[in-house]
Amino acid sequence: MDILRFITAGSVDDGKSTLIGRLLYDSKSIMIDQLEAIEKQTKNKEEGEIDLALLTDGLRAEREQGITIDVAYKYFATPKRKFIIADAPGHIQYTRNMVTGASNANLIIILVDARGGVVEQTRRHSIIASLLGLRHVVVAVNKMDLVNNSQDVFNNIVIDYANLAKSLGLEDVTYIPISALKGHNIVDKSDEIGWYEGPSLLEVLENVQVQQDIDLEHARFPVQYVIRPQTEDLHDYRGYAGKLVSGIYKKGDAVTVLPSGITSTISAIETGGKQVEEAFAPQSIVLHLADDIDISRGDVIVKSTDLPQVEQELEVLLCWMDSKPLTAGKKYLLQLNTTVVKSVVKEIEYKIDVNTLEQLAAPEQAALNDIVKVVIKTAKPLVFDQYKKLRGNGGAILIDETSHVTVGACMIQ
Amino acid sequence: MYELDYLDQLESEAIHIFREVAGQFERPALLFSGGKDSITLVHLALKAFRPGKFPFPLVHIDTGHNFPEALEYRDRLAAQIDEKLIVRNVGDTIKAKGLTEPKGKFASRNALQTFTLLDTIEEFEFDACIGGARRDEEKARAKERIFSVRDEFGQWDPKRQRPELWNTYNGRISKGENVRVFPISNWTELDIWNYIRREKIELPSIYFAHEREVLEHEGQLVAISDFITLEPGDSVVTKTVRYRTVGDMTCTAAVESDASDIDGIIKEIIATKTSERGETRIDDRVSEAAMEDRKKNGYF
Repeated sequence: MDILRFITAGSVDDGKSTLIGRLLYDSKSIMIDQLEAIEKQTKNKEEGEIDLALLTDGLRAEREQGITIDVAYKYFATPKRKFIIADAPGHIQYTRNMVTGASNANLIIILVDARGGVVEQTRRHSIIASLLGLRHVVVAVNKMDLVNNSQDVFNNIVIDYANLAKSLGLEDVTYIPISALKGHNIVDKSDEIGWYEGPSLLEVLENVQVQQDIDLEHARFPVQYVIRPQTEDLHDYRGYAGKLVSGIYKKGDAVTVLPSGITSTISAIETGGKQVEEAFAPQSIVLHLADDIDISRGDVIVKSTDLPQVEQELEVLLCWMDSKPLTAGKKYLLQLNTTVVKSVVKEIEYKIDVNTLEQLAAPEQAALNDIVKVVIKTAKPLVFDQYKKLRGNGGAILIDETSHVTVGACMIQ
Repeated sequence: MYELDYLDQLESEAIHIFREVAGQFERPALLFSGGKDSITLVHLALKAFRPGKFPFPLVHIDTGHNFPEALEYRDRLAAQIDEKLIVRNVGDTIKAKGLTEPKGKFASRNALQTFTLLDTIEEFEFDACIGGARRDEEKARAKERIFSVRDEFGQWDPKRQRPELWNTYNGRISKGENVRVFPISNWTELDIWNYIRREKIELPSIYFAHEREVLEHEGQLVAISDFITLEPGDSVVTKTVRYRTVGDMTCTAAVESDASDIDGIIKEIIATKTSERGETRIDDRVSEAAMEDRKKNGYF
């Protein structure tokens, strides 16, 4: 049994919350008391059937206004997999929430209303999915019952979306005709859409292969914490604790500590207090080196056979997440895994139109939810990989030095 | 095959979060209640930091209404792992601050806990408090970050949460603020039990079926103790019960069960139709937004 993390994109009108409610309900992940609570609310609103969408609206403000204001996480499991859903709102002003939810996801479900087809919002969600490096896309064509379950309608949407996916480089795309409200093709195959021969949505989620998405080739180990008991019997114990971002480390491997460039050899590896011969991503481990060298939090231990980039000037695709706009020349802290460095946004090169992927003329400022291409200079050399090549060592955040708020998501190019 | 089982993935994520706390904060604390979730946290902390010591003490905010079995377990565990335990009593806060003791049949000090917690944070200048809250527990928790920044009054503002991207946690704060950290955010109740079974973690005896005198009240079974007020006409019976969650004796209900071991409990949880909090927490029934409101006021 493993874990699949996915994000659902779409607005309330597309039936996104209903879809999640349906997945939870039909997979029997909703308990009686939770159902009773939403039944009570549904009655208050004087609507007919149980409103499954209410299951995902967490906060009072959301329930009152009937909106979703933030990423909510939902959980369910089948005998095959544990699922973590990042439920992100689809409205344009919430790009930042979608970027947040997508940053940890393996897969995205893009909801398309069968009546409207591929629209601006579909393009926007797909563009963000491709920028964030999501490898697996499920296009759920919803409300099929409202177009008489028409195969032609579905096929036309598939053709439209396939063009979009091709232009964005999205390779693994699955299309499913569904009705979230009626429960068609969500957990079980529906007889109503008899011409569709593919799997149900849950079957796709259970079987999509995500193991190979973990990069086992480029070994990256950011040091989080140094364990030094300094007791009498453990006087010389010095273990570097951290979680493997990628790759496989074996006892005896030649390693390089960056940014210093000092080399050594792995003398021991521990996981959960036990000595092991090898470890792999995403395990949390303690690493021991043969030589006594000065290593602290923020250093990255890599295998000497494959080095990441170590540079001070970065080309970055930046999603701006703060209400205060970004101006070129402003200083921020940049955090990449365990490294925090002072940095300055030297230049805004262009803005990306998230509906068309077009490059627009460089704005003077970047506003909340803008995605811009920038050049960032760091005060010290940064150890990184291109986001496209290695998500776990190419995604960084920008932090405002005075408010300490996370203001931007960087995908290093 | 280089593949991690789901429990190993969850474990690795939690250990990573623990070490981020150790790396980013000056004076963290682990809030320990004696319940299964905080016991799991301690187990994960052992994996994160041994053979070194924890870079934080265990802190228990004791309402004075705890199950004796949980307190006994707490003291034994702290001694066994040889880590520092700090206990602060809600009763003392009530006296010192002249707070009003809650009244009523199940007079719960649960809400007053927040006062003691905030005082304790101030006393020791804790900048991060690690807790065992899970997002599957409750709707408001489903929206909270793993690193959740609280203002100097301990308040959670759901609309001003920092975006949390990749596995990067921003723990930078201003003076007076603190961060609540939830390493098992992504675990469900069943994940916890499966992990406890796999790791053979010992639990307080009240988690397993035992005979107990209980009051039947609106479908819930509340243990008879000095902390609840019995009235004429109350139906007190002896039943074989276990606890699915362990909080205060005044606001935690037992469930009828014969499950005397972890396998039995897991079977029951898979078959159950009621959520953990719905079945056993009297305090969440107050209103639809009970948890949201308490969190905004500094609660865990």
